[in-house]
Amino acid sequence: MSYDYDKWIRPGKLPHIWCPGCGHGIVMKGLIRALDICGLEKNNTAIVSGIGCASRLPGYIDACTLHTAHGRAAAFATGVKMAKPEMTVICCGGDGDGTAIGGNHFIHACRRNIDMTYVLMNNHIYGMTGGQFSPCTPTGAKASTTPYGNPDPIFDISKLAIGAGATFVARTTAFHATQIDKLIAEGIKHKGMAVIEVVDDCPTTYGRRNKFRSVVDMMKVLKDTAVPVVAAAKMTAEQLEGKILTGVLYQENKPEYCEQYAKVIAKAKGA
Amino acid sequence: MSSAKIEVIEKYCKGCAICAEFCPKQVLEMDAFVVTVARPQDCIACMQCELRCPDFAIKVHKG
Ligand SMILES: Cc1ncc(C[n+]2csc(CCOP(=O)(O)OP(=O)(O)O)c2C)c(N)n1
Ligand code: SF4
Ligand code: SF4
Ligand code: SF4
Repeated sequence: MSYDYDKWIRPGKLPHIWCPGCGHGIVMKGLIRALDICGLEKNNTAIVSGIGCASRLPGYIDACTLHTAHGRAAAFATGVKMAKPEMTVICCGGDGDGTAIGGNHFIHACRRNIDMTYVLMNNHIYGMTGGQFSPCTPTGAKASTTPYGNPDPIFDISKLAIGAGATFVARTTAFHATQIDKLIAEGIKHKGMAVIEVVDDCPTTYGRRNKFRSVVDMMKVLKDTAVPVVAAAKMTAEQLEGKILTGVLYQENKPEYCEQYAKVIAKAKGA
Repeated sequence: MSSAKIEVIEKYCKGCAICAEFCPKQVLEMDAFVVTVARPQDCIACMQCELRCPDFAIKVHKG
């Protein structure tokens, strides 16, 4: 059956503002399916973003949504979750928003292991502002601010999240549409900080500068570079050169922040 | 003969061609920045086009 997305879309909001072939739309559809998989209700679901093309996502969703300041999604989401721990809290945004200006908030939400799900759309660029390089722009790639090629090494978002303390970390790509909903749903069900990195495409400000002839070419690269973690275990370092691992990369159970904080409150009240 | 009905919401289609390119049965074709259903009889209702369309512009109704 054709999937009914309408229930979660604010009436009159489509078509969305994203460019032709922008992966953010594919991610949004995956997120909506994940909300359904988890049986969530609009009044009990908060979707929080910062600023950027990716961060426009909550504006389309008919739930409790917050479009905040650049890089501050995790900070606002932490406030929502602590005030209303019974709510499902989901952050979403881009690599610029989440790992450059918002990198600090991102790592500390991971460190606290607060129960939220962060969907990070990694299109390797600052799309909204015209293609400046981000901490996730590949070395050598062209951005408006690196016309001779980017000299910087990248942040591996998933490794960063694991290192900082997130207890569920997964990665997929905008090409792998069915994996997007499955991984986000697993992240939502996980108690603690879940990070879902979706490697995404920005044909307008990244693709054109980096010799992709079309958005279809960008999708083909996502298709061909993704290697499921299970398959990667049987591959050599040479075979894995230039590949991105997909699937659940890390999972553990650790005390969750709101529960720990509730104990502090109880103690302070002399209970 | 396929019993699936493919619906294109033309006002949402931005002509990215993702649906047409990755359809395993080459059912879809691009026509001046809008997708058209060229060979509906070949559709196997795998839903790949609907899943990957970034723009909510193509729906596959299984018969
Ligand atoms: C404090 C502040 N600094 C800078 C900006 C300008 N700005 C808006 S969006 C953006 C980058 C967004 O990139 P990313 O988060 O990767 O999302 P994308 O647009 O690629 O989806 C920047 C630098 C801003 N809005 N606020
Ligand atoms: S500029 Fe890039 S990220 Fe922004 S909507 Fe266009 S394709 Fe998407
Ligand atoms: S459902 Fe599958 S076979 Fe049918 S048009 Fe879409 S991608 Fe092609
Ligand atoms: S994927 Fe969607 S927007 Fe792109 S050409 Fe097909 S129907 Fe149109």
